[in-house]
This record gives sequence, C-alpha cells and structure tokens, in this order.
Amino acid sequence: MLSWQDSGRRRGRLMTGIPYFPGCSLKDTASGFETSAQYVMEKLGMPLEELERWNCCGTVSSLTTDDLMHHLASVRNFVRVQDLGQSELVALCAMCYNTLARTAGRINTDAEERDKINQFMDREEDYEGNVQILHLLQVLKERVNWENLEAQVTHSLEGLKVACYYGCTLVRPKPVAIDDTEQPTIMDEALESVGAESIPFAFSTECCGTYQVVDRRDLSIEQSFRVLNSAARAGANVIATACPLCQHNLEEALREVGTKAELGSIQIVYFTELLAAALGMDLEELPEGIQQLLKQHAMVEGGA
Amino acid sequence: MSKTKAVSAENLRARVEELSGESVFACYQCGMCSAGCPLADEMDRLPSQVIRDLQLEDISLLDSNAMWVCASCLACEVRCPKGVDLAKLMEALRQLHLRKELDHVSINDMTQEEIRKLPQIALVAGFRKKTG
Amino acid sequence: MSEEKLTQIYIMGKAYDVPTGITIMDAMEYAGYRFIRGAGCRSGFCGACGTVYRKDDDYQLEFALACQEMVEEGMHLTQLPFTPAPRSDYVLGELNPKENVLLQHYPAVARCVSCNTCTKACPQDIEVMDYVQAALRGDLEKVAELSFDCIQCGLCSMRCPADIKHYHVAQMARRLYSVTDSPEPEHLNARMQQMNDGAFDKEMDELMAMSLDGLKQRYAERVIEGKEEAS
Repeated sequence: MLSWQDSGRRRGRLMTGIPYFPGCSLKDTASGFETSAQYVMEKLGMPLEELERWNCCGTVSSLTTDDLMHHLASVRNFVRVQDLGQSELVALCAMCYNTLARTAGRINTDAEERDKINQFMDREEDYEGNVQILHLLQVLKERVNWENLEAQVTHSLEGLKVACYYGCTLVRPKPVAIDDTEQPTIMDEALESVGAESIPFAFSTECCGTYQVVDRRDLSIEQSFRVLNSAARAGANVIATACPLCQHNLEEALREVGTKAELGSIQIVYFTELLAAALGMDLEELPEGIQQLLKQHAMVEGGA
Repeated sequence: MSKTKAVSAENLRARVEELSGESVFACYQCGMCSAGCPLADEMDRLPSQVIRDLQLEDISLLDSNAMWVCASCLACEVRCPKGVDLAKLMEALRQLHLRKELDHVSINDMTQEEIRKLPQIALVAGFRKKTG
Repeated sequence: MSEEKLTQIYIMGKAYDVPTGITIMDAMEYAGYRFIRGAGCRSGFCGACGTVYRKDDDYQLEFALACQEMVEEGMHLTQLPFTPAPRSDYVLGELNPKENVLLQHYPAVARCVSCNTCTKACPQDIEVMDYVQAALRGDLEKVAELSFDCIQCGLCSMRCPADIKHYHVAQMARRLYSVTDSPEPEHLNARMQQMNDGAFDKEMDELMAMSLDGLKQRYAERVIEGKEEAS
C-alpha cells in the first residue's frame, strides 16, 4: 500500500513531454528508430519520456475470446502510465502501437475483464481503464501539425522520392487504424511537409511477411520483395517504414534479391530518420546507405 | 499411459466459434478474403475454403497449413463484407493445436545462428503465434 | 514441552507438531526427515532448499528457503530440491557482447508474457520479471544488477508458464557483464599479481608436502581473524 506521500510524488510528476513506449527492439536492433524520433521530438518541444519499468507489449495481439493472460503485458504498461498521473502513451513501433491499442480498446471497455486482470496483478495498482494509445504520426499530425513541422526544417528533403510503407499494423483493424485502411496518407503528409516527394505505390499496406521470418523465411522474403518491387517500379528511391520487423524483412529481401535490376539502389529507412535528417540531425548518425542518398540530393550540412 | 498430444476433431465448428467469437455461417463465400490474402498462394486451401470447411466441419482442415502460413495481417478481416473476422478463426485453429502442446515452431531445433539474425520483435511474435 | 511452544505443520501432507520458532529445515529434521538432497549451506546462500508452502485457509502458494524461513501454524509444505533446467554451453571469452547472446542461448526469454509469476516465486525478493525483460532488450547491465542476489534455487523456472530458465540467463549476464563492462576489481588483480609473482609459493609447497596429521594440527591451531587470542 502506498502512503499518500508516495502517491502524490508518483502521480504528480512533472512531465515536459509525452510518455513513450519503446518496445523490445528499439534499444538495440532498431535503435536508429528511437534516436531519430527523440531528435525530432526534442526539436519540436515535445520530448519522448520513456516509461519506467516498461515490459514487452507482446508484439502481436492475442485474438481468442478467452485469453486474458496475453493482454497482461500491455495492461502492465498502462499501469505504468497511470503511475505517472498520465493517460496517454505514444509508441513508435507500429506493432507495439497496434498491440497496445487493441488491448486498450478491449480492456478499457470491458470492466469485468479489467477486474479479472487487476485481481491477478495483485502487486500492481489497479488499472482504471483510461489510458489511450497514440502512434507518433498521430502526435505529429494532431498535436504538432504539419505547418509547425515544416517550420523546423533546416535541410529540405526535396528531390527525395519516398514510398511510405504502412504495412499492416498502422491501418488494421479499423478501430485502431491511424488513417484510412486502404489508402492511408498520414506518413506521406509527414514526409511531404519536410520537402520529400511522396510516391504512392500499390503495395503500401501489404504485409511484409512479419513473423513468418522465424520459421518460413522464404515467405517473408517473397512478400517483402513484392513490396520492394512495387515501390521501386513506382519510382521511389527510398522506402520509409514504421516498424522494426517490416524494416528487417525488407532489408533481408533487398539483401537477398537486391541484384534485380528493377530495384535499383532503393534504400529502406525509418520515417523518423528522414524527418530527423530534415530537421538537422548529423547525417553521420544515419545508416550509410541513407547518408549517401541524402548527400546525393544536395543536402548540405549547416545550410538551409 | 502418457498424455495424448492431439487435436480432437469433435465439435470442431462449435469450438472454433467459441474461441474466436465469430459465426462461420455469416460467410457467403464471396472470396474477398482469398483475393486479398498475401499468403494465399502458399496455403493448401484458400482462406475462403478454410471457413467453408468450418461450415461443413471438414476435419481435414486441422491438418491444413493455412493457419500456420497466415501472417495475421488482417487484410481478410478488414475487407469481409459480412464483418467476419477470419483472422480470429485462424487464431482459434492455431490455438487448438498450441493448447495441446503441438507447437509449430520448435525452439529446441533453432540454432544460435538463426536466432542471432532475428530482431527480438520477430522472435516474440513468432513464438506467440506458433508456440503454446 | 508446553502446548504454546509447539507449532503444527504439514510436511508433504502429514501433520507434525514441531517446536515454535525454528526453521522449516530444522523442523523437518526434528520430525525425522533426513536431507540427502535439498540441503547445503544452511545459511541462505546455496539455493538447495527451495520450499513451496501454503498456509491454512489460503489458496495461494508461497515460496521460501527452508533454512531461512520459520515455521508457522498451519503451514503445508514440500521441498523442491532440484530444478531440471538445462544450461546452455558457452565459452565466455568467445561471446560477442555486441549481440544479444542471452537471447541466442536462451530464446525462451522471448516467450515472457510479463505475468510476474517468477517474481512471486523468488525467496530473495528479486524483481525477476524485470531482469528477464532487460535480457529481452539486451540490457546486460540491468540483468546483472537486478539478479545480484540470485542463489539459483530454481523456483522461478519451475513456475514459469513460458519455460524460461531465469537463473541461467542471469548467471550468463553477470558473467558476461563482469568480463565486458563492470569495473576492474583492483584488489583481485593485485592478489593475482602477488600469486603469479610467487608470493605464496613457499607456503603452498609446505602445505602440499604435509602429512594428514600435520594438516589436522595446522587446522586445529589456526588463527581466526579477529580472534587472535582464542584458546
């Protein structure tokens, strides 16, 4: 039991930014995603404040009616948000966003299930059902808005042809979609506001193969190749992603079938890495391939 | 007498409907799910055939690879004109196996080299969908 | 012995009246059980005496070390002297600290559902779930830091629904961390240097050449630090 003093100290913590959920891969294998996003949000005056003692959300949603155990992981993170006296949580990874949002949707509205979970997690404070999950793109569009993002640009991405790859989890199922399910444009809008040319392509919401990479790598390579091919044929020189697994699968496909002429020298990058470059991040902090591409498009350091 | 690790074929449709919360008879076999499924060509029966098999209680469905090839991308769910969530049906079919300790991925057989190449997100997701 | 000085406990289902205020291990030996396995240091350090118990009118299981925990009225207990948790083979010097070697050797870590059952099973008050999560995201230092008090009793792994081998993961992390990132133990290095320079060679040679009686006498006459005036 917490004393009233402890409660006050924990609940009223002054936050300058927004509670942020990294997810299992953003600390090592996908660290570029996090560092670039933090750079962007610092510049925009809304720093990402990492949750304390967060745990893996589960990456995928458990879809059976009777399984509450696999929602525990997400709910525990909601309690952490509550502990801060906050009610919103922003995720970068599209899979984390989707898993957290689907669980929030279910547990926030079902008092009986919430009660069961609270009883089971008897070493945590009760989850009250009020946490909302946001994806960074939603924060950028609705809290920052595109004009303010554009105003922070120091190195326009003009000349860059970006295919925005949404994959599955940002746009399906509809209750958690951050934009239109079939023709989303939110990531395109973000990149256009920093000067890039958005290249629509047919496979922008087709699955990369996701977890099939574990035991059926052939399937994820095939799926991801279709995405790469579609983007390349549409004329893109960069594919922007929002998910470490999409990023991984696309990179693997590129590595494996990169000799195919139609793919050209297409690069794959997290959308926040492009935004960060436009907002003045040192190019040396970006992957080699992207550095080259950006330098090609006359991005001179230090000049606007 | 030791434990039997086998999926029972009894009341297949009822058990799948209970686990998934979906009603298989809402499907009128339009084929939208199959048309949109990115992995349909790898499946031994189409997504719309999976739900047909459930309607007819064709127990050979339990040996299909469809549920294991499914990537839970939800293209089917989002396009079904009757609002049937086929992804949940696929999940129910997987769970019938996984809850009987019939894991589809053997962690014991994975090499360190294989694991080294995969980001955590892939392992967590793959294990959640294919191990019990 | 008067009634108040006895406590009733149940050892593997059978009721015993044992003296109040003694440990579970002492109580079991009082009741006539002889520990062939499941007892070691008797000081809360070796992790051999993992105990699972429940109290009357309580449905929840609790976990303790038999050599440390005192008996309570209505305690229903059993021992778990061994946990069959496989340990992955590795050569410390050959591990690449830039990779997530914990995951490579113990991929079940990716199956953690954050249920916290492991933490509840730990008799050492370790935040086990937190260190497993740290292992998943490759935070070697955090695993090493949080698992410091682990004595490898195995109760966590016995309870885990994902079949994670928590204490093996933690030990690997602590060993790797000590090799890679933790500060040099200066006092240890100094002692090693002394040894390599032969500072103790003469004494060692003497001991090795001694007879059994000579060794026994040397032991009986040893000077205990802080008790130099012992009789």
